[in-house]
Amino acid sequence: MHQESAVKWIASAAAVLLTAATSLPAHAGKTLETMKQRGALVCGVNVGLAGFSAADSQGNWTGLDADVCKALAAAVLGDAAKVKWVPLTAQARFTALQSGEVDILARNTTWTLTRDASLGLDFVGVTYYDGQGFMVPKKTKITSAKSLKGIDVCVQSGTTTEKNLNDYNKANDLRMKPVVFEAVEASVKAFFSGRCQAYTTDASGLASIRNKEATNPDDYVILPELISKEPLAPAVRRGDDEWFAIAKWVIFALIEAEEYGITQANVDKMKTSTDPVVQRILGTGEDTGKLLGLDKDWAFRAIKAVGNYGEIFERNVGPTSALKLPRGLNNLWNKGGIMYAPPIR
Amino acid sequence: MVDGPSPKPPKRRSWSWRSRAFRGVVYQVLAVSVIALVAWFLTSNTLTNLRVRGIQSGFDFLSQPAGFGIGESVIEFDSSNPYWKAFLVGLTNTIRVAIIGIVIATVLGTAIGIGRLSRNFLLRGVCTAYVELFRNIPVLLQLLMWYLLLNEFLPPVFEALNPAPGMYLSKGGFAFPVPVWAPGFGLMLAGAIAGVVLAYLYRRWAHAQFALTGHARPTFWPALAIIVVCIAAGWFAAGTPTALDMPQKTEFNVTGGGTVTPEFLALTLGLAIYTAAFIAEIVRSGIQAVPWGQIEAASSLGLTRNRQLKLVLLPQALRVIIPPLTNQYLNLTKNSSLAVAIGYPDLVSISNTTLNQTGRAVECITIIMAVYLTLSLSTAALMNWYNARAAIKER
Repeated sequence: MHQESAVKWIASAAAVLLTAATSLPAHAGKTLETMKQRGALVCGVNVGLAGFSAADSQGNWTGLDADVCKALAAAVLGDAAKVKWVPLTAQARFTALQSGEVDILARNTTWTLTRDASLGLDFVGVTYYDGQGFMVPKKTKITSAKSLKGIDVCVQSGTTTEKNLNDYNKANDLRMKPVVFEAVEASVKAFFSGRCQAYTTDASGLASIRNKEATNPDDYVILPELISKEPLAPAVRRGDDEWFAIAKWVIFALIEAEEYGITQANVDKMKTSTDPVVQRILGTGEDTGKLLGLDKDWAFRAIKAVGNYGEIFERNVGPTSALKLPRGLNNLWNKGGIMYAPPIR
Repeated sequence: MVDGPSPKPPKRRSWSWRSRAFRGVVYQVLAVSVIALVAWFLTSNTLTNLRVRGIQSGFDFLSQPAGFGIGESVIEFDSSNPYWKAFLVGLTNTIRVAIIGIVIATVLGTAIGIGRLSRNFLLRGVCTAYVELFRNIPVLLQLLMWYLLLNEFLPPVFEALNPAPGMYLSKGGFAFPVPVWAPGFGLMLAGAIAGVVLAYLYRRWAHAQFALTGHARPTFWPALAIIVVCIAAGWFAAGTPTALDMPQKTEFNVTGGGTVTPEFLALTLGLAIYTAAFIAEIVRSGIQAVPWGQIEAASSLGLTRNRQLKLVLLPQALRVIIPPLTNQYLNLTKNSSLAVAIGYPDLVSISNTTLNQTGRAVECITIIMAVYLTLSLSTAALMNWYNARAAIKER
């Protein structure tokens, strides 16, 4: 019977399609377990921003953001080398995190309300307090951002930069014209070739670009005005609170370590310390790791791998590094900065 | 009809599976419902996943203030305008590049296509070299090359070249004087419209005269003259407004007047030069598709070379040329999305910024796709209409 079989076939096909349509893909498993099975932390980083995350010719990643990932891998997987690096453009970064392509996004990303509330991600804590600034060629003899009237400014798209630029424009009636490029290389090249009279991004980024891309870094000046607050923070996907807590507290531990004088060099010796705070951090006293779902040496391994926050800062962006950025706001709260970690207890 | 003179065959409807018509209907219903189900599944799956992950969605953001500036724009735009207006600016920027690019590419491509058939060896060689060179290098590289060249060789803004009074050429772009809008320009516009109408009437009259007396009158130059005279009459009637908005050079930049940026120049020229190589090949093949006998026949009728071209060669060549030409126009429009690479604020570039500020990736990509689809379909519809006009009229 042709007719009957056809009807049956249609019915069964429809049933299959309906079930397929109503069943959603299962939720991504706990990030921590997936990571342990995989044996690697997948870290989304900048494609290349010296001082924050940049790969050398051997493919080794260095920088402040890269160190955060290394510390996490050391705390969670026991080995700072177990990181899989995923370089992301400004546009791709949030989608990569949302879709589960990366476990953590440590890519000099500004913590803002819109991003926090509407993108399905959680910022784990500020690792660098930055602000947006301007860089101009020295020969233009411009000394203040207020005199940048009507000029063309090179900008990279996919950043908070465009909006800040506009706010500053409006507040000071400057009527600067943005020239927006998708790739950071293109915008930097356009600025150094003279297409724009100024380049704008976070001050740390300006220092990094001037140092790496300019033929003669001394030909360019970074203007003193910072026109915005740019707290740069790593972010994790929303919905896995345990992983969120781990990422948060590994960063806090690095800051706490600096406050209590634990360094990469003395961390082994500090294990015998009788200071209860140090004991808690290094897992020789209470077992803080258990509460996070880790073992008691989690913070010890993180500090051993990359050093405390102060050391990370010095090595990558500080006054002795190539970027020569002052510690400023990023100093500890008791040394004139605003870097403050909740207590590990 | 073998059955005889019955005006309509008796309508018989069979609901049997043996009926071919019935089976056809079933298959079509089935195919449509499968497509609809898949579409519904993808949409609902996306929406559910977005909700589960706490990602907000919807098109409501379009009415929010954009909050970012746009470097160049055909229509007035201020950062306090809503996002939809920013999209509109991007769209007009894209259309501007597409239209100007298409015009340049067509003129250049036609010239080079005809040049490839020239009897002059040098001209033929140059045209062949042009086609082979520009057709075989990826268009993105060409755009970057033009942009780099413009930015390397032009002087910085504070040392802008001044090739003619009121004109400045620098890395900031090409600034030129534009007439200040005066109410009198309304009369010029009226003159232009009147000129076009009169020119059309003249052409009809000339054709009618030709049909009546067999005496051919020129149509192109008189029609052009009519239009120019009418515009000039409008200008005089308005009291000859001559005020110009001259660009001024200040310490750091050039302000006032009209400007085209290096991004716009690089994008439009780059796309036009690339597409012209393809159009040249289309024109050449179209001309070569007309049998040589047609030209010989036209010569033997005593037609001049110009009239041979206009009356015999081109109408037949156009039939071959127009369909692939449409493809090239669509390609040029779509390739304009490469603007993001060289900093021109086209639709894609503005969507990128919007996407990053609002996080509405699915929505922004949907808008881009819908807009390019609409643009391409409109271009195709226009070209199909023209193609239908140029097609052989079978009577």
